[in-house]
Amino acid sequence: MASKLGLIIKREYLAKVRNRSFIVMTILSPLLIVGMIVLIAYLAKVNDDETRVVSVLNESAFFQTEFNPSKNISYVHLDDLTLEQAKDSTDSLEYYGLLYIPNGTTVEEVANATYLFTKDNPNTSVTQKLESLFQKKLRQDRLQKLGVSPQQFSNIEKPFEINLSTFKGEKSMKGVNEIKAIIGGGFGYAIMMFIIIYGGFVMRSVIEEKTSRIIEVIISSVKPFQLMLGKIIGNSLAGITQFSIWIVSASALMFLAVLIFGIDLTTLSTDSAMPPGPMGGMSQLGTMDSEMMMYAKEIYDIPWVLLIVSFFIYFILGYLIYSSIYAAIGAAVDNETDTQQFIFPIILPLMLAIYVGFFSVFSNPHGPIAVGFSLFPLTSPIVMLMRLPGGIGEGGVPLWQFLSSVFFLIITFFGIVSLAAKIYRTGILMYGKKPTYKELIKWLRY
Amino acid sequence: MDHILVAKNVTKTYGDFTALSNISLQIPKNCIYGLLGPNGAGKTSFIRIINQITHQDSGEIFLNGEPLAPKHIASIGYLPEERGLYKSMKVGEQALYLAQLKGLSKTEAKTRLKYWFDRLDIGDWWDKKIQELSKGMAQKIQFIVTVLHEPRLLIFDEPFSGFDPINANIIKDEILQLKENGTSIIFSTHRMESVEELCEYIALIHKSEKILDGKLSEIKKAYKNNIFNVGLQVEEDAQGLIQSLKQKFNILSSEMDEMEHQLHFKVQLPTSHTGDILEELSKMANINRFEETIPSANDIFIQTVNSKDNGE
Repeated sequence: MASKLGLIIKREYLAKVRNRSFIVMTILSPLLIVGMIVLIAYLAKVNDDETRVVSVLNESAFFQTEFNPSKNISYVHLDDLTLEQAKDSTDSLEYYGLLYIPNGTTVEEVANATYLFTKDNPNTSVTQKLESLFQKKLRQDRLQKLGVSPQQFSNIEKPFEINLSTFKGEKSMKGVNEIKAIIGGGFGYAIMMFIIIYGGFVMRSVIEEKTSRIIEVIISSVKPFQLMLGKIIGNSLAGITQFSIWIVSASALMFLAVLIFGIDLTTLSTDSAMPPGPMGGMSQLGTMDSEMMMYAKEIYDIPWVLLIVSFFIYFILGYLIYSSIYAAIGAAVDNETDTQQFIFPIILPLMLAIYVGFFSVFSNPHGPIAVGFSLFPLTSPIVMLMRLPGGIGEGGVPLWQFLSSVFFLIITFFGIVSLAAKIYRTGILMYGKKPTYKELIKWLRY
Repeated sequence: MDHILVAKNVTKTYGDFTALSNISLQIPKNCIYGLLGPNGAGKTSFIRIINQITHQDSGEIFLNGEPLAPKHIASIGYLPEERGLYKSMKVGEQALYLAQLKGLSKTEAKTRLKYWFDRLDIGDWWDKKIQELSKGMAQKIQFIVTVLHEPRLLIFDEPFSGFDPINANIIKDEILQLKENGTSIIFSTHRMESVEELCEYIALIHKSEKILDGKLSEIKKAYKNNIFNVGLQVEEDAQGLIQSLKQKFNILSSEMDEMEHQLHFKVQLPTSHTGDILEELSKMANINRFEETIPSANDIFIQTVNSKDNGE
């Protein structure tokens, strides 16, 4: 009996990996993904590198030292020109725009009369930059009228960050929860993708056996359950093969891309992952290194062994549950177009898990929603993995939650697989009609 | 008598629908046994139970004297009505896979496949995919796959559907050959023509119940009703002749062929005794045909089904 299962697994595996579209996807996907990353990095770099030159016609005495070139804007001072001449020369020199600051008696008056002339509608990053520049000057001016000296003003402007600590006294870090959740979320996301892609493989493989009418020949030799199990295992092995090839070849390609194009991958992450603080630029380079060290330590402190072991537990159980549902769907219908109404309810908990994960678990990994969804078996493989980088026990997931989540998952696994096997057993011999949910429930009793 | 398969009171229901009710059958060894019945009568349900694809709700089945068990899968070969092969798999690989699922070793399966491929002229298809073959060719492969593991019991469900006449004949001869070699065969169909040629025994299933079974020749004997087809050489006055015959015998129908001077008629006798009528006829004219009509399986089938339906 075991050898028959082996035969089925082998056939399913070979049928899948020899499939032309499978081979094409295996080769093409890493190329596409790396190509896209390179493209995005390149575009981001191009975007970054563009420095806009703004010419300044300054007739006022209030603004002298404020116009320092920053990352994206540099300034050219035009002197002794009329406004019209300045516009002309700005246009002919192809500068981005002209900032005209007229003369006036007060800062307020000058600022209100100032204009930015551009060829088209100005870029918001330019206007924001200029607005903040004037804003600062105005605030300083208003405070000065209240008797605050420029020295005092720069003291007031010093940024503040709250000190963070755990009860144990370790200095805790801003964003660490998010980083942990992102790592866990990465695992959870991988599980979801795997289920959707390779569950679909299982389903199509079942439908193929039905439409080619070989199914009855096969199940006169093996039990339907063996066939279903062999199919699920064979297809997931093919999936693991593909995933491994993707990871290896994508890493190699990425490495090559970095070498050849010299792309600085950090440009991708800094802008999005760390929103600029109130102080703008990076004023405290000195503290950066020690902070990075602490982040590195936090990441190092993530219980990787636990995470990887539980990844496999949740992956295997979650995948088996979902792919046996996919197999049952494949058995119930005659062709792929009929699967839609049944697929949606499967995708739903997966999507829910991902959304709940991103919106609730990231900000509050041990809140009631996170706990609930990490216990519920259809979402736990994804949600629990997002919580687990915090470890098990104090400060992390309570042990009872972890154990009961696995326990529920195992119970559900046996329940779902036996229900799916019943639908499968009946469905594979039914031809020519699209069953309703009511009929599926009836099949469970046969 | 020795039986390959014995079914005792087999019942199977699907929800409210009864597929088989109390079916008992005895299928002798080394014969071709026709399992007949209209579509939806329950033939396929019964066959699926023998193949252990589904299980009966109650009743027992014995194969070769032993209660049916998973190990018997290897001694049964099944050609389902809904049949096919993996379209994108190569012929040889596919046949090997299916043979191995039936418990053959790879080398053994290869040797036998070679034999069968030679026998049915399909030598160079080994590396072709099923989708590249014609339907008839694919059916041949399907047949080989069914018989390859040399089962003691072969079950063919509508074996000739999908075959062109030439290939159907080849397969028919192969089935007869398998029977000669000692295999027992269950032959399920609703087409009666093939039954006459092949089956020694039949069982008639109708609306989930067995309504008739036994040896085909005996059933026919029981169903014959002493009707004879007669042809007479008549030169003149056929009308007078038929009138005088009608007074003595139960003439069912008559017809005069003027060109050939032939009078054809059908007569039913009270018993199977034919001496009287022959004596009478030979006095009247030359007899050039006198033949008992034996009911065809089709007639029996329709008659039994109708009387069953009317009786209910």
